[in-house]
Amino acid sequence: MSRIYEAFAHGKAFIPFITCGDPDLYTTAEAVRAMSEAGADLIELGIPFSDPTAEGPVIQAANVRALSGGATTDKIFDMARELRQSVSVPMVFMTYANVVFSYGTERFASRAAEIGMDGLILPDVPFEEKAEFVSDKLDLISLIAPTSGERIAAIAREARGFVYCVSSLGVTGIRGAITTDIAGMVSRVRAANAAIPCAVGFGISAPEQAAAIAQDADGVIVGSAIVKRMERYGRGAVPYVREYVAEMKAALRQ
Amino acid sequence: MSKGRFGIHGGQYMPETLMNAVIELEAAYETYKNNAEFNAELDALFQDYAGRPSRLYYAGRVTEDLGGAKVYLKREDLNHTGAHKINNVLGQALLAKKMGKTRLIAETGAGQHGVATATAAALFGMECVVFMGEEDTRRQALNVYKMRLLGAEVVPVRTGTATLKDAVSEAMREWTSRVSDTHYCLGSVMGPHPFPTIVRDFQAVISREIKAQLMEKEGRLPDVVTACVGGGSNAIGAFYHFIDCPSVRLIGCEAAGRGVHTPDTAATIATGRLGIFHGMKSYFCQDDYGQIAPVYSISAGLDYPGIGPEHAHLYDTGRAEYVPVTDGEAVDAFEYLSRKEGIIPALESAHALAHALKLAPEMGREQIIVVNLSGRGDKDCAAVARYRGEALSE
Repeated sequence: MSRIYEAFAHGKAFIPFITCGDPDLYTTAEAVRAMSEAGADLIELGIPFSDPTAEGPVIQAANVRALSGGATTDKIFDMARELRQSVSVPMVFMTYANVVFSYGTERFASRAAEIGMDGLILPDVPFEEKAEFVSDKLDLISLIAPTSGERIAAIAREARGFVYCVSSLGVTGIRGAITTDIAGMVSRVRAANAAIPCAVGFGISAPEQAAAIAQDADGVIVGSAIVKRMERYGRGAVPYVREYVAEMKAALRQ
Repeated sequence: MSKGRFGIHGGQYMPETLMNAVIELEAAYETYKNNAEFNAELDALFQDYAGRPSRLYYAGRVTEDLGGAKVYLKREDLNHTGAHKINNVLGQALLAKKMGKTRLIAETGAGQHGVATATAAALFGMECVVFMGEEDTRRQALNVYKMRLLGAEVVPVRTGTATLKDAVSEAMREWTSRVSDTHYCLGSVMGPHPFPTIVRDFQAVISREIKAQLMEKEGRLPDVVTACVGGGSNAIGAFYHFIDCPSVRLIGCEAAGRGVHTPDTAATIATGRLGIFHGMKSYFCQDDYGQIAPVYSISAGLDYPGIGPEHAHLYDTGRAEYVPVTDGEAVDAFEYLSRKEGIIPALESAHALAHALKLAPEMGREQIIVVNLSGRGDKDCAAVARYRGEALSE
């Protein structure tokens, strides 16, 4: 069992996402430290990909900024290794299949585990294709979507770490309202696997929205709202990110 | 290994949101592919609407000029909408209609697949949205106009290199946001299973006809079949019924752009390596860290960093050969065929022709090359004029 379970041991988990290298890896590392201090329970480190098909415009743009800034998988491993000296919350990588495949699936998992990463999220690897990415060194996080229906049981039974519940159709990005029956999705997961935590992502940005979703789930994941602050404030974004994470975590504590 | 594999290639590397949609598509296709009524309907559309069978034309003046193998042209350019794309689109639109879908979305590079999809949507009374790289909307302004004329909405894609790969990404994103009433009419033998198989089966009519037509004209099989390859739909269509005929050399012509030793190329087999992208495992142009390369070709339809998984497998097994052809060679062939036979080929098809021009003189006069003339070149006249330094306004 990985450390990911710890993230869900202190009430509802707040899980921020950040694209590594946007605008540079130094700022990313500072932002991760700030998020951890502000109460993040688990942190998703995005390794940028040239063609992120599950992302909306905000995170797509962050991927472009990170890659043009020179971020690479190896440099991100170096950053994460250094971060692990001071950050103890569970951390997972989020990227696309080709980034991992190109690095060598086994080599990627070994290296990530060796520097203290806990899991891996690949939005373009569904249940049917997960075998070649599964490793006993790193939890491969499974996703379920509003369209998953009867697939949920099989996915949940083999899930590791936590189940990433995609809140809405479409790509990542801030949404005013989430209309999916989250409680229904989560109860299908629990019926198949009572032990696995469920965190909900895609579209969540406001504290009250997060609090409402957390009624039905074990945690919420927020990406675009954080990346937007990185986009707006660049190298000066760390205090804004810290403040936002604290506000979100406070909303989940209520 | 998961479903839809060609050797190690293929698969279904898709977001979970779309998995039930591709599973539903596969089930529908399994139901209809051997259904007599469905096939009769599709055959009627092929004949009465698309104008099939397309002609197999003996290019006598070209043959005489080259002094080697007989050159035959499979005239997919004579199909309704001017390219092979209509074969696949009529099949998929009919399938989508049977599935109860009311809206088609598509990506397009040169605009041929977009025009074909907009055409089928008009014919079937379906809504249609086409994603096209902004760079391509400039290169192929006439096709943008045609799609709008046919009632489709054209969405210019500004992300990435603003070309075909970005149009595919955007169409996939759109599909995840609206899946229940929408069919993604993918234009090539690529993407997640079952698309490479479905598109190949609808395009296989090309090689079925070539085989029968050549048998009638020459009483034998061809020695070489050659076709251009971006994603590879016209090539797989031209190859398919010859795969089990070992005497027939199958040659796919990739867009080398300014050359395979320059960064301005789209020759996937020549310069790419194994990867996973756009739903499939196959060969892709990419950097050391798996970032997809910004590829280039003068031909918008071949300007794609990957190749369909069945081609990747045919390459692995050695059953088909893949050769790079540069912009310059394609433009020369474009002009050559226009003057020699009075046929203006699409720049994409001109890549295949360019290779045939090299090959034919080295072959015997009793031998036969079939070039799949996948599309007509009206759309490319302005681009070729620009390439030759002539400012032509459409």
